[in-house]
Amino acid sequence: MTPTYYLLLSALLFSIGAVGVLVRRNAIVVFMCIELMLNAVNLSLVTFARINADIDGQVMAFFVMVVAAAEVVVGLAIIMAIFRTRRSASIDDTNLLKY
Amino acid sequence: MNPFLAQQLQPVEAPGIDWGAILPMVIVFGAACVGVLIEAFVPKHQRWSGQVVLTLGSIAAAGIALGAYVSARPEHGVVTMGSTLSIDTPALFLWGTLLALSVAAVLMIADRSVEPGGSFVAQAGIAPGTVQDRAQVQSTGMQTEVFPLALFALGGMMAFTAANDLLTMFIALEVLSLPLYLMCGLARRRRLLSQEAAVKYFLLGAFASAFFLYGLAMLYGYAGSVKLADIATASAGTDRSDTLLFAGLGLLMVGLLFKGSVGPFHTWTPDVYQGAPTPVTGFMAACTKVAAFGGILRVLTVAFEATSWEWRGVLWAVAIISMAIGAVLGLTQTDLKRMIAYSSIAHAGFLLIGTMALTEEGLSGTLFYLLAYGFTTLAAFGVISLVRDSSGEATHLSAWAGLAKRSPLLAGVFTFLLLALAGIPLTSGFVGKFVVFSAALSDGMAPLVVIALVFSAVAAFFYLRVVVLMYFSEPASDGPTVSVPGAFTTASIALGVIITLLLGVLPTFALDWAGAGGFALGG
Repeated sequence: MTPTYYLLLSALLFSIGAVGVLVRRNAIVVFMCIELMLNAVNLSLVTFARINADIDGQVMAFFVMVVAAAEVVVGLAIIMAIFRTRRSASIDDTNLLKY
Repeated sequence: MNPFLAQQLQPVEAPGIDWGAILPMVIVFGAACVGVLIEAFVPKHQRWSGQVVLTLGSIAAAGIALGAYVSARPEHGVVTMGSTLSIDTPALFLWGTLLALSVAAVLMIADRSVEPGGSFVAQAGIAPGTVQDRAQVQSTGMQTEVFPLALFALGGMMAFTAANDLLTMFIALEVLSLPLYLMCGLARRRRLLSQEAAVKYFLLGAFASAFFLYGLAMLYGYAGSVKLADIATASAGTDRSDTLLFAGLGLLMVGLLFKGSVGPFHTWTPDVYQGAPTPVTGFMAACTKVAAFGGILRVLTVAFEATSWEWRGVLWAVAIISMAIGAVLGLTQTDLKRMIAYSSIAHAGFLLIGTMALTEEGLSGTLFYLLAYGFTTLAAFGVISLVRDSSGEATHLSAWAGLAKRSPLLAGVFTFLLLALAGIPLTSGFVGKFVVFSAALSDGMAPLVVIALVFSAVAAFFYLRVVVLMYFSEPASDGPTVSVPGAFTTASIALGVIITLLLGVLPTFALDWAGAGGFALGG
């Protein structure tokens, strides 16, 4: 049970999330990918806490969870507002502002 | 044996708190909470006046508390709250800058004379284009939640510039960003653009803060702590994994540079600046930039000074890209708000040069530049909010043709601000560029300074193009009208113009204050 595997898994999850943000078109899915990135970071923090034999990393994971929850509140409110206007959550449709 | 069990036996000690030092921040956050209560319990017609008095009063009180603390402060700053906050000279200077800028921004937000009811929507929940929405354009109410949101954002910015460890910095980053995402979506006119700006800013901002957080995790793995001083100690000559250190630094900087709208991480800036209500754009352009660069300065100076040879080359490239994008794409813009957005990207490149210097002159020069740039850009957005036609603000460049014939005063003020942005002598922009570039020059960055001078000349072209357009073109027959600003917007623009002029003519007092001391390290 090497901790390194958990770090690799966390890097993989983070990359999946980052690629998802870049290629997916639905604002909700993009947002879920961002949450995946945050949770990948949590896994890293907890693993590093284990490696360093230090409890700070676990406490930080809680902080990240609280911040992620607050972000969900704000994010879903904004996505809801634009969905009610356009009847679509696709981020390809929101293209009034460019160049 | 589980390593955590041994730790749990120790009693937890509450960290000491230096209340005098953090009082300005406490006042701002406290007033923001009271503002939320006002929204809940005060009848609708009294909310606006209550919120304006509370917001301006609390910023003034925080300013007084700051002034009282500065006159009696310890020389090298204090580190308080379990060494999560470092209240030192740069933090105090940035707090003063943020409070002063936010007075001007709140005055613009509160103004209800230019647009009846203010530039904020009466009910953000009503979908644009419906019957109710057409009715609310005529109403004179506004979503007064903007004021507590602005205070929360201001408090987050103050915490961000004083944060002494990366976790506090991350929390402060979110506290300052989340209210701004919401404020972007609350415009009264052109609500689709405004909501689109909010979505874009939110998704990209959350994406960037995930990178910041992953960088934090890497650095925690590297140093075993997220305190900036511990990271500095760990990076000064150990056999730890450099991969973790530089991956962490890189990811962290992506998050920070995004907030400062620097170089290749700028893509949100033009869209959000254009779509957001103009007072919010001013607030973001001035205060977020101050906070972001305050954070970058602290991280680079305190935690990564020992490894500066490794990362400096990358930041050189970032600064050059930022100046190039800002100056070249700024030339092609036809919308004034977008043009100022690209100008802010170019300015971010100049600021990054000062940040990289890592000397006392670099620090004081960057702080001075932030103060000067903040007031100039805020006043510029104030002026932009005054030129209107039937559909709201007329931000297209063609609408500004011949404006000097219609309103010489407005054209004169805007010309002065544009010259300050371009960095012409006798304005604060010139002094700011001068101190930043001379700091970079004495730190051996001569090629970068030459490139920066070329790009500031390119950028000067698009500022002067607007000046020429205002003075030497024939006004369009169906052109916009120039609103007579109410007391609030007048005060806000006047404050920006006076400080731009004052810092240009007599910069010494601000430079002395900015250069009064470095960062407090603390343990």
